[in-house]
Amino acid sequence: MALLAACSSSDPEGGDSTAGATSGGSGDAPVTLTWWHNGVAGDTGENSLGDYWDKVAADYTAEHPNVTIEIEQIQNEDLQRTRIPTALQSGDAPDLFQQWGGGEMAAQAEAGYLMDLSDTLSADIERLGGGVAPWQVDGTTYGLPFQFAVEGIWYRPSLFEKAGITSEPTTMAELEDAVQKLKDADIVPIAVGASDGWPAAHWWYNFALRSCAQDVVANAGTSLDFTDPCWLDAGTQLEDFIGTEPFQPQFTSTVAQTGATSSAGMVANGNAAMELMGQWNYFVYEGFTDGSDEAIAALHEDLDWFPMPATEGGAGDPSAAMGGGDGFSCYVDAPVECADFLAYIVSDDVQRGYAEAVGGLPVAPAASDAITDPVLQKIAQTTSSAAYVQLWMDTLLGPNVGGAMNDGIVNIFNGTGDAQGVVDAMIAAAATA
Amino acid sequence: MTALEASGRSASPAVDSSSAAGSRPVTPASEHTRRATARKWAEIALFVGPAMVLFLTFVVYPVVSAARFSLYKWNGVSQFSDAEFIGFENYARALFGGTDPATQQAFTTAYSQPFWEALSHNVAIIFLSMAVQLPIALIVALTLNRRFRGRAFTRVVIFAPYVLSEVIAGTMWLIIFDPNGIATDLMRAVGLDMPAGGWFEDQTWGFWTVFFIITWKYVGLAIILFLAGLSGVSEDLQEAAAIDGASWWQIQWRINIPLIGPTIRIWAFLSIIGSIQLFDMVWVLNRGGTAGQYSTIASYMMEIGFFRSDWGYGSAIAVIMFFLSFVIALAYMATILRRDNAHPRKAR
Repeated sequence: MALLAACSSSDPEGGDSTAGATSGGSGDAPVTLTWWHNGVAGDTGENSLGDYWDKVAADYTAEHPNVTIEIEQIQNEDLQRTRIPTALQSGDAPDLFQQWGGGEMAAQAEAGYLMDLSDTLSADIERLGGGVAPWQVDGTTYGLPFQFAVEGIWYRPSLFEKAGITSEPTTMAELEDAVQKLKDADIVPIAVGASDGWPAAHWWYNFALRSCAQDVVANAGTSLDFTDPCWLDAGTQLEDFIGTEPFQPQFTSTVAQTGATSSAGMVANGNAAMELMGQWNYFVYEGFTDGSDEAIAALHEDLDWFPMPATEGGAGDPSAAMGGGDGFSCYVDAPVECADFLAYIVSDDVQRGYAEAVGGLPVAPAASDAITDPVLQKIAQTTSSAAYVQLWMDTLLGPNVGGAMNDGIVNIFNGTGDAQGVVDAMIAAAATA
Repeated sequence: MTALEASGRSASPAVDSSSAAGSRPVTPASEHTRRATARKWAEIALFVGPAMVLFLTFVVYPVVSAARFSLYKWNGVSQFSDAEFIGFENYARALFGGTDPATQQAFTTAYSQPFWEALSHNVAIIFLSMAVQLPIALIVALTLNRRFRGRAFTRVVIFAPYVLSEVIAGTMWLIIFDPNGIATDLMRAVGLDMPAGGWFEDQTWGFWTVFFIITWKYVGLAIILFLAGLSGVSEDLQEAAAIDGASWWQIQWRINIPLIGPTIRIWAFLSIIGSIQLFDMVWVLNRGGTAGQYSTIASYMMEIGFFRSDWGYGSAIAVIMFFLSFVIALAYMATILRRDNAHPRKAR
């Protein structure tokens, strides 16, 4: 708040803009906001997210003529791993930038790079509800999500039918049974893009989610304590599952999203029946069609989704789910208009537009009626009915421990490591932090 | 090599001008020499200055920064001023798991082993390049060192992989060596199968697949360098030997190869330094492999430094890599390249 006051003191009508986040009339001094997001054009040249953000910025500046918004679209990994860290270090950071929450955001907040939004946007935080939690550290809000959803298993009903599977698996035993039936029918049961690391790691996350109690996982984000035996148990369950050979051959050579031989390509082309993935795969699969309305409709006709099945035993709730989302943070020295614009981005109408234009899953509860696709509705339904949603483990733990964890898990897939190796790698990485 | 040339060139005019000033028999000698000296320094500043500024900004400053970061426990996100000074602990972690008995065992597995594994890949590539690329390049260069139809075209084809961008070449090989790709089909056509874990990810064969690609990519440079060296070998010598009854092989072995010795030694130098710093190709393929099957020190540095946000440790790896290149370059210059560098000075 002291900072906000300091900012506005240079602003002739500053008292006005600190009074309420939604104020800032046309009489205010000119302000330029820089905005970095990950909405870039895909292989087809389409960029529905980037286009939508352009529209949102234009709509906002039309109502606030004193504000100019300069947008930079940056590829996700470049943005997260290189551009944002170096920009924050240099002290010349964008005012509003993509924020994935969790351990990385906590480190940025601890270094004092992020604007505290708790008071300025308290009404919006309340309106968005529990989805904001990953963007909070010890009750302080450092960012707001515009999208949040759980992951689950995408599948092709026609291949299930061919293999004689009559219902969606709800337990691991049923999943293993389905895997066997698909193998008997000469169909690759599950595609996994283990070459990229994280898609393989997500299997382990889901086992950990079920074997570890909610607070064990949540506390691990800050304590980096992995002595609970449930972490080892997750790896053992994964080893057992890999032992049933559910994945395509040479899965460590398979990437997640690029090309027909990627895991997404295999499912989209009907060469594999299932894939564990986030809601974004809805659009990734569309990228493998020829782009025509008929082809996309035909794909969705034969594409469905079910939540990750429950495991036997374990301290976690069987209806808990892994999930994650995208949000934005304001840089600590950003003008107050940044918070106001962020509030506009997550407002009910803009969130509704986001669901309609991009097909994303909005965080604002009031915008959920804008989701029309039955599969996306199913995901939204699972997200809201889950006992709790655990943020992606690698995001929760931050790049250092999270990266070591992912590499350790891939070693299980490679046959070069085991369940203990994952825990050891996490403990070693935690000791360097 | 270029630095050597540059320093050699900038040194010689300086020597010339001072000796010229000294030999001029003008009476107010001190006045003249002072002016000449000032002018000389102005010239040096003018010509060397811009290059020096670039060198200091983009070479010396980053090296010094990396050396500084490498002494701290720093995640690249927090303010560097808050980072904890830990001396040479990052280096110790890479080399032997660190000095703390409580974590040494864990660090050896998690950090030291992958480091040595990456370094062993660099070393293997240095020696394999000598053992594989050198003979291939020599044979091809000697074979092509004559006039025949389509010579220029052949040379372009041979040099093409080297000119291709690493990213394009890497992506091309990723497609070829996809488990369901052309290479697998070809192998199956002759009754063989791809390596069990896939071309790139197999624990044993992954490295060799990558070494094959590296050879394909860089052997063209060696061939072109050797051809350039061969074009400098006087045809008189070859004719004289032929008249004396030397066979084609004898001419190559006793005349051509010894005379392109300096070229071969320079290529070996470039190859060694390139092998130590090898990064682009292994990164494009899949960041050194999911289990580091073909990691190099540079890919390991990038993985840990940037992707795991362990900047202090990553900087220590960078400094180790710089130190290795530096020492090997100096040693190579002082021993193997010494005789090549000695010649022009004697001639002068």
